Amino acid sequence: MTATDTAPVSAVTPRRRRLKLETVLDHAVLICGALFMLTPIFLALTTASHDKVLIQREGLQWAFGSETLTNFNAAMFEPGGFTGDITGATMLMNSFILGVGFAVGKIILSMMAAYAIVYFRLRFATLAFWVIFTTLLLPLEVRIVPSYEVIQGMGLTNSYTGLIVPLLASATGTFFFRQFFMSVPEELVEAARIDGAGPFKFFVDILVPLSRTMIAAIFIIMFVYGWNQYLWPTLITTEESLFTLVRGIRQIVQAIAEGSEIPDYGRAMALALIAMIPPVAIVVTFQSWFVKGLTETDK
Amino acid sequence: MAQLSVTDLSKTYPNGFTAVHPCSFEIEPGEFVVLVGPSGCGKSTLLRMIAGLEEITTGEMRIGDRVVNDVDPAHRDIAMVFQNYALYPHMTVRKNIAYGLRNRKVPAGEIAQRVTQAAEMLNLTDYLDRRPSQLSGGQRQRVAMGRAIVRDPALFLFDEPLSNLDAKLRNQMRIEIRALQRRLGVTSVYVTHDQVEAMTMADRIFVLNDGRIEQIGTPSEIYHRPASTFVASFMGAPPMNLLSGRGTGNGAVALDGGQAVPVPLDTESNRPVLLGLRPEDMALDGAGPIAFDIEIVEELGAHRLLHGRLSEQPFTVSVSKDTEVGTGPARLSARPGAVNLFCAEKGHRL
Ligand SMILES: Nc1ncnc2c1ncn2[C@@H]1O[C@H](COP(=O)(O)OP(=O)(O)OP(=O)(O)O)[C@@H](O)[C@H]1O
Ligand SMILES: [Mg+2]
Repeated sequence: MTATDTAPVSAVTPRRRRLKLETVLDHAVLICGALFMLTPIFLALTTASHDKVLIQREGLQWAFGSETLTNFNAAMFEPGGFTGDITGATMLMNSFILGVGFAVGKIILSMMAAYAIVYFRLRFATLAFWVIFTTLLLPLEVRIVPSYEVIQGMGLTNSYTGLIVPLLASATGTFFFRQFFMSVPEELVEAARIDGAGPFKFFVDILVPLSRTMIAAIFIIMFVYGWNQYLWPTLITTEESLFTLVRGIRQIVQAIAEGSEIPDYGRAMALALIAMIPPVAIVVTFQSWFVKGLTETDK
Repeated sequence: MAQLSVTDLSKTYPNGFTAVHPCSFEIEPGEFVVLVGPSGCGKSTLLRMIAGLEEITTGEMRIGDRVVNDVDPAHRDIAMVFQNYALYPHMTVRKNIAYGLRNRKVPAGEIAQRVTQAAEMLNLTDYLDRRPSQLSGGQRQRVAMGRAIVRDPALFLFDEPLSNLDAKLRNQMRIEIRALQRRLGVTSVYVTHDQVEAMTMADRIFVLNDGRIEQIGTPSEIYHRPASTFVASFMGAPPMNLLSGRGTGNGAVALDGGQAVPVPLDTESNRPVLLGLRPEDMALDGAGPIAFDIEIVEELGAHRLLHGRLSEQPFTVSVSKDTEVGTGPARLSARPGAVNLFCAEKGHRL
């Protein structure tokens, strides 16, 4: 009994030990990476829980203090900036408008572009596609001066339209949707034609629902991308009431620092943390959809 | 009046390839026509032209008394069942079946009633709220059928609808489709490359080869009086034996290997011909006129296939399972009326 019990165990042990070593190594690497990414966030969190005088005097804090609530409250609801007519809450709101408008607009535009390219016998469909594709080589940063010129000429500075519209054309989105549409079986299109679905009906009743995981995936990517926009909002919005969170954080610290007061680092840290929550929340909530959308489809 | 009539119809693809050469035919109301032929012979192309999914290069097509050359598929009053079913994956079975009616602005009450009726006919009532991905192959096939019958069209079109099913299910669905078609009396055009399907389902078979219609006829005509060597060798398993020889002018064919086989037809002297004999039309007969050398006996359960040589040419005979045979020389006789003669050059029937 005992003999038969011990034999397999001793046979298994060396393999187990080796496996363990690998696992330990893997995990060590992963833990290092995670720490590398998470420590600054932890530091922001601890620092945000201290009084600004203390931070000014002693630098970043590793331990939690007692001012957490005060700082977060101030970050969200206390007016700031030069004019004092902006709070964290309004900036959060602006960021949401930018992120959602950006993502939704991009999806609608690129879906329609891909639909036209894939399903209609356009004369230069392939050429059009490659032209759209080459715009990848011309990101906003490259064309920022002419873009600004155009928006300003149209009187759209300091408006949501001016903030969102110039960013909407999306080669990546068009590309993803094109690839997806091309993988939709031809027979499905033909069945729909025989069933009396015209181009609009086919798009709305069949393509859009089929693309829903794809839409979700692109929405997540684009929302985060839009949320993190910094350069364009900085350029196009000069009125503080239109500031987004990402650019507003700096503004708050700076505005106060330019007075004779001590910069409110605690509040800035709190705001930075708040700015991270929505993208993280969206990615975590939709991550299963995200993976599904980019890898598999139920056709 | 014919339900579908086609005059000088042809199809040339934009790349210059002619997939269907000019052809004319008529299909009567309620008829079940099967288009059969090897892969790439243009069956799908012809069917898709009828559906309106492929443009007609030349010729005229009428459904009922209406010329439909330029009519959109949606308005041709046809329904089609695809090889891969082409069900809408995101819709329930009910919605799949109803979609065509909804697009045609049929009142909701009537849609519900017609869907229920179609589902009952196809034993789909329990599955109406499932998605296609939650159904078996056979059930999906039935949903595709449901989508067609619910519309009550003038014409059903099927493009190899059973080729994705396993053999057993295929037999069952074959019978179901045929029964349903009889019951509804809807004219149907059915594409397949499976000759068993063609033989068992069709009122009339169109045999296609290389974009041309080789023969139109009832299954029995196609089988017993093939119009060409192509039809003779395409239909039937194992296919018809074709032996090359020359006419003798006095009611026999001199085979290339030496033997003379009597035929009930006068053949022009010295004309090269192909003699067609179906394996199952031959019988072992000690006093028979034909010498045959059996090389292999293939056991198929219900019957046996004897492969061997007849005047140095490959030949197959099918005998019932009760006939005891071994390899070696044997004598054969042909059943009366079983002899087919074809022109050796052009392949047509003499
Ligand atoms: N879009 C096209 N352009 C050019 N040639 C084509 C096109 N579609 C089909 N063909 C050609 O036309 C011929 C007939 O094609 P079709 O699809 O009708 O064959 P089929 O009889 O249905 O064969 P299968 O049994 O394999 O489905 C083939 O040789 C094919 O290569
Ligand atoms: Mg085909």
